[in-house]
Amino acid sequence: MSLLKLFGRKTFPKGIHPVEYKEQTSARPTRRLPFAPQIIVPLSQNIGKPPIAIVRKGQHVERGEVIAVADGALSVPLHAPVTGTVKDIELMPTPSGSKKDCIIIDTQPSSSQIPIQGEARDIEAMSRDELIQAVKDTGMVGLGGASFPTHFKMTVPAGKQVHTVIVNGCECEPFMTTDHRVMLENVKNLILGIRIAMKCVDASRAMIGVEDNKPDVLAAIKPHLPEDGSITIEAVETKYPQGAEKMLVYSLLGLEIPAGGLPADIGLAVFNVATLAEIGRLLPHGQGLIERVVTITGDDLEKPGNYLVPIGTPLRYILHYAGFNGQQAELILGGPMMGSAAASLDTPVTKGTGAVLVLDQRATKNDDILPCIKCGKCLQACPINLNPCELGQLAAKRRYDVMEEQYHLNDCFECGCCSYVCPSNIPLVQYFRIAKVLNRERRLNNG
Amino acid sequence: MAEKSPKIDIRTSPYIRRAPTVTEIMRHVVYALLPVCAYSIYQFGISALASMITTTLACVATEHFFCRMADKRSTVGDWSAVITGLLLALTLPPGFPLWMGAVGGFVSIALGKALFGGLGFNVFNPALVGRAFVQAAFPVAITTWTPAFAVNRFSEFIPSTLAVPFMTPAPTAEWTLKTAVDGFTGATPLALMKFQGVMTDAQDLFLGTVAGSAGEPSSLLIVLCGLYLAYKKMLDWRITAAVIFGTAISAEFFYLLDPAKYPSPAFMVFSGGLMFAAVFMTTDMVSSPVTPWGIFIVGVLVGFLTVVIRLFGALTEAVMYAILFGNAATPIIESFTQPRIFGARKGKD
Repeated sequence: MSLLKLFGRKTFPKGIHPVEYKEQTSARPTRRLPFAPQIIVPLSQNIGKPPIAIVRKGQHVERGEVIAVADGALSVPLHAPVTGTVKDIELMPTPSGSKKDCIIIDTQPSSSQIPIQGEARDIEAMSRDELIQAVKDTGMVGLGGASFPTHFKMTVPAGKQVHTVIVNGCECEPFMTTDHRVMLENVKNLILGIRIAMKCVDASRAMIGVEDNKPDVLAAIKPHLPEDGSITIEAVETKYPQGAEKMLVYSLLGLEIPAGGLPADIGLAVFNVATLAEIGRLLPHGQGLIERVVTITGDDLEKPGNYLVPIGTPLRYILHYAGFNGQQAELILGGPMMGSAAASLDTPVTKGTGAVLVLDQRATKNDDILPCIKCGKCLQACPINLNPCELGQLAAKRRYDVMEEQYHLNDCFECGCCSYVCPSNIPLVQYFRIAKVLNRERRLNNG
Repeated sequence: MAEKSPKIDIRTSPYIRRAPTVTEIMRHVVYALLPVCAYSIYQFGISALASMITTTLACVATEHFFCRMADKRSTVGDWSAVITGLLLALTLPPGFPLWMGAVGGFVSIALGKALFGGLGFNVFNPALVGRAFVQAAFPVAITTWTPAFAVNRFSEFIPSTLAVPFMTPAPTAEWTLKTAVDGFTGATPLALMKFQGVMTDAQDLFLGTVAGSAGEPSSLLIVLCGLYLAYKKMLDWRITAAVIFGTAISAEFFYLLDPAKYPSPAFMVFSGGLMFAAVFMTTDMVSSPVTPWGIFIVGVLVGFLTVVIRLFGALTEAVMYAILFGNAATPIIESFTQPRIFGARKGKD
């Protein structure tokens, strides 16, 4: 137990306190974004094998219909986000940076866009395996950004036992308010989703962790919690990266997930709130994931806010609808600390896209990199106790092997705190990402 | 959508950062040094002022010169050379000949910093490299102390200040007799302790009414300036605390052995520039450790060595060598004090 805990505020050591910039969107109720004239659905939207397309060029698809089927255990199906006609399946830019196969659907202009209903399910009557299969059928992946297939996370590894489900409602990234809105607007679905997750992993209790900058969420959820105390909600300190799995678990329970291990190693399963709320909404009706809440925010926007966006909506349409009137900007998919920059306006929103952030930082951008003065700020920021200072100097010398073998490079989850605090403007986490890729390539080359 | 597409900038995350830059940090260190300088000038008069100006100019000019030689953009603007100059001046006797101060400034930057590759690459605190050099080169001048609060300190220089290069500085003994307030012996509290067995009262040390280097006399002011920097998060107070802790326990050990022979911990902590060194010298970011245990070990080591050198060495002003030794030991101490990774299993890293 750290000293901080003695003062009663649930938190973890280190980390940073960036400016939140959430006020632009957090108070606005979620609205529906209209259907773009053309929808681009990448086949590969998550970790694991991409699904196999089962539609062909020129085919009519109904909104909610399965258009690609899962290919293996780590794969999930895709559902059509709009009613329309398949224009083609071709390579298009995706949020991951590279061009990938995408199903392009021309939206049918006059369609009512009512999603087709699947077969209704009685959750109480279903076995654990049936439930996990039903989760897989929704095409659900982690909506918090990591995009790990949810059914796979709900499958407890052999030999492990899970006693507690941790529900991650921290949303520690600046600018983002999607989870905030979901927790306010979708409480019943969230509670149902938590019950489904508890049943899947055979846990007896669940804890919702919410950053203490969202007191309205605590007030909204508390009346809906079951009386037997199996689901509880706790406020944790507002601090980045509180929403990282390891940090949240430590804040709530004082436990450390082993380095290189899984939450299941210490009897836990961690899910994002939006993921569970969406499961609670879709699963009873046998529907698939076709839209998600996205925070559209940043500079030069007339209508920032949280929108229910069909999967596959291109950025061009989103910027147009939100009234972007700037000339130049960075388009960030996800939060400003860990999101990725889109290189093309044709890039679509995918299942893992929690925010579209438009930043024009030309005025303050500073590309001057000064030498490391060994101030140690990065060591005081790194939530997992790495030595980014030493790692950065090793990266500059291209000693990527030493970084991995002696300085725990692979434990870095790229939260970006080190780069954020560096007074010399050294792109530390950027170096570490490159180092990891080069190490992986080297291993592949060496067989 | 017929409208013109906006231009897209591409970078990798994080896209936001908010941290004081190196230049801002260095500038605030200069701010924190200014009250110490001002008090020093108040104590020692225009000689101290002239000494500060000389060493600072020498450092800045040397930095600029080496950047030009290396075809690099001049790094004078990052304020680090100014800090080195001020730190150097504050560790010298107030009446130190100006030309020797200029030599010290040049050596600080040339041997202490430029030789290693400039800011961020130096192993030792540059100001102390310069100080060590002048200590070896000008042993008499660097141990010639003049009294604080001399009556005419604002109207005339201490005679040695204006010494012609390579000539023996004018003796100060007569000037000291003429100007000293009362009974000034020309010895620092440490020299009094070491050679005459006389203890100076800790309160005099704390408030700065004794002889010594330009920057060492008032511990109180130094602590206040350090607190400002620590509040701004531009000074690692852990190092300062570790040095003071190391000094105090080492002194306490000897004091318990023989209180008649060895000075008290309070005397050790507040005398001879230890406080100045603990606040401004050991906390030099570049030459100090970054790992939590490394900070503690090096800090305590510096404190311990200071006490040992003071008590058993031939020199009185021991902090400088203690810090240089601590700087030298920093890389190896860091190598075995790497932090424990979050979630690391016991017996396996």
